[in-house]
Amino acid sequence: MQVTLKILRFDPQKDQRPHWETYQVEAEPWDRVLDLLHKVKWDQDGTLAFRRSCGHGICGSDAMLINGKNRLACKTLVKDLGSVITVEPIRGLPVEKDLIVDMEPFFAAYRAVKPYLINDEPPPQRERLQSPEERERFDQGTKCILCASCTTSCPVFWVNGTYIGPAAIVQAHRFLFDSRDRGKRERFKALGSGSGVWRCRTAYNCTEACPREIPVTQLIEEVKRAILMDRF
Amino acid sequence: MAHRHEVIVVGAGGAGLATALYAAREGADVAVVSKLYPTRSHTGAAQGGIGAALGNVEEDHWEWHMFDTVKGGDYLTDQDAAEVFAKEVIEAVIELEHMGLPFDRLPNGKIAQRRFGGHTKDWGKAPVHRAAHAADRTGHMILQTLYQQCVKHNITFYNEFHVTDVILEDGVAKGLVALELATGELHLFQAKAIVIASGGFGRIYKVTSNAYTLTGDLQAILYRKGLPLEDMEFYQFHPTGLYPLGILLTEGARGEGGILRNALGERFMERYAPTIKDLAPRDLVSRAMYLEVREGRGCGPKKDHVLLDLTHLPPEVIEKKLPDITEFSRIYLGVDPLKEPVPVMPTAHYAMGGIPTTLWGQVIKGEKNTVVPGLYAAGEAACVSLHGANRLGTNSLGDLVVFGRRAGIHAARFAKDADYHELTEAHLGESRERIERIKNSTGKEKVAALRAELQQSMMDHASVFRTGELLKKQVEILKELMDRYKRISIDDKGDAYNTELVEALELGYLLEVSEALVHSALNRTESRGAHAREDYPERDDQNWLKHTLAYKVEDGKVAFRYKPVVLGRFEPKARTY
Repeated sequence: MQVTLKILRFDPQKDQRPHWETYQVEAEPWDRVLDLLHKVKWDQDGTLAFRRSCGHGICGSDAMLINGKNRLACKTLVKDLGSVITVEPIRGLPVEKDLIVDMEPFFAAYRAVKPYLINDEPPPQRERLQSPEERERFDQGTKCILCASCTTSCPVFWVNGTYIGPAAIVQAHRFLFDSRDRGKRERFKALGSGSGVWRCRTAYNCTEACPREIPVTQLIEEVKRAILMDRF
Repeated sequence: MAHRHEVIVVGAGGAGLATALYAAREGADVAVVSKLYPTRSHTGAAQGGIGAALGNVEEDHWEWHMFDTVKGGDYLTDQDAAEVFAKEVIEAVIELEHMGLPFDRLPNGKIAQRRFGGHTKDWGKAPVHRAAHAADRTGHMILQTLYQQCVKHNITFYNEFHVTDVILEDGVAKGLVALELATGELHLFQAKAIVIASGGFGRIYKVTSNAYTLTGDLQAILYRKGLPLEDMEFYQFHPTGLYPLGILLTEGARGEGGILRNALGERFMERYAPTIKDLAPRDLVSRAMYLEVREGRGCGPKKDHVLLDLTHLPPEVIEKKLPDITEFSRIYLGVDPLKEPVPVMPTAHYAMGGIPTTLWGQVIKGEKNTVVPGLYAAGEAACVSLHGANRLGTNSLGDLVVFGRRAGIHAARFAKDADYHELTEAHLGESRERIERIKNSTGKEKVAALRAELQQSMMDHASVFRTGELLKKQVEILKELMDRYKRISIDDKGDAYNTELVEALELGYLLEVSEALVHSALNRTESRGAHAREDYPERDDQNWLKHTLAYKVEDGKVAFRYKPVVLGRFEPKARTY
């Protein structure tokens, strides 16, 4: 089938502002949007820039705004989009070139919640014990691939770039609800601050955007409750 | 710009992050240079588990794990490496747990373990539960956990820096040159010790489980500089690639009870490996699948694949223990593994060969194990040689933690007593020239077209089954492709995120590692592990119980030297399962 692919292009060395370019691409219904981007880059215009690596939704490189929704280009098929497809960079992060954005603010927010197990007790000789139920409690957050689909779909993040955003809160949740972790208070500093969880207005965009089907909004609510419970 | 760190690690996958972490714990000033953002690396695609004789589910011993690794490697495995590995991987898994890795758990709270190909109890009698796992995203969790620890230890990262040169002078590693993707600027990195942990090169083949970015960059750079590549003829095809894309479906699916069937519905592995059947090592299973298809028992309209049947498993096992591969099958093929079997065919997966190292990751330059001071390698980029002629499932994740840790510790200690070497702008010259040549070229050859020819021809002439005739043909094709590569040109002349330039550089590396692989495969006139020569179907211990060291002489010309296999506990025997 013939697909009309509209891509929002921007070259920092040439352009004042982004502009749309249209490409006609021959595609199969089961092709990934990533395949179409490759067809443009490899057969029509080598200057098109985008990030990709694994090609099957595990590495988190290729989150883009596809037909108005944040998705991974490698996990979105032509058959689910129709014959006109628009692709733009994810929103709220500075565009560097074409579909590539500056990820540094995103990773800065990630680092702010101390995304690592905090536990200074001397570990046992063997593994720490954890029941399957305790393990299940934080399972959802462990699926996160840091693709930024959630954070860059959040209207609060769009207007207030200092908000740490859903992805960082998901990471915090993953440790807050891990029976082995002792870092609650340390993380609450970032999470309870003016740029933390209270900025969330439960728009649910993040949950809809997550390519890993993590119930992001629910996890944010659980973090809010944990902070409140801690105060009383 | 110039930078200086005591230990610089190239690559931010599992091996690179483990190296960086343990070097930092030794007190070294460490930086990681990666062409990707951390957590984008392909360790994250590893699914099934990390094998260690924890014995949490049933009796197990590191000696059994060592034996399985040596036998799985068709006795080309160096037994000192296998012993160190089988012992230390137990400690490594415990340390990962202490770092917070969310392993699945048994009802008693211990780490859960599953069965996996080639891992057996009692010296091959039956499959054993050895693979510690986190659903079917164990690699993802290892990558995330190691990166989390690197954040905790404040390790410096140069993200999206594409290494273009390793500075080797007077037999010593002095530094690196890397292209900053955001700006197009070349940076000079001064280091006391450099660790190569840049992963494999599955993209030499058309059908592969590997990321687009796995192009053997650093193997090729060292090979061009006259350092050897070891055992490159041994390349693993994973049996269950989602057909036709090649996306990995974990062997854990068979570990949980999945069965391979041909067009007759027959469980054909019973014929090839009567004892452990579908859980035979990957080289055997991949060959069996090719033979089934060749003999007309393939499935589908083209009779060109087989089926992975999970439909007899309880739905909760599939949904809970194999959620990601279930999703891949549903999304990319529209096939629900709960209801119908999944089309699969072998997919290019893992390089057993690579940059030769000692047990501490030091790069060696010849059969006498002479080290290159300051240069280290770990993970898939390296060849220690733990995997021999065929790697067992889960041993790649174990490898990168065990030998990443060793390389990190040794590099940090080496750096303490070493001095920095003088580097100047002149060291950027070679990289600058190569980049300018590509950018300014008006040649008619295109990167994507040449790469597609390479990938198809490698698939046709140098994949699961090989013959002298086909390999000779591929030698000629590679010579021609290398010649045409000199005339490639690109559209993008800009500086910022010139990903077309990166692809052009990567194609050059793919051609180099293909050359080393094909010449080594033509040279080895026997069949062993993943290297199956139809014109030499038998293993020949008399002449070939030795490692290949391939040295580039010029394009199309490769010289060979050989290194003895380190034997020991286990005498080479016929390999049956």
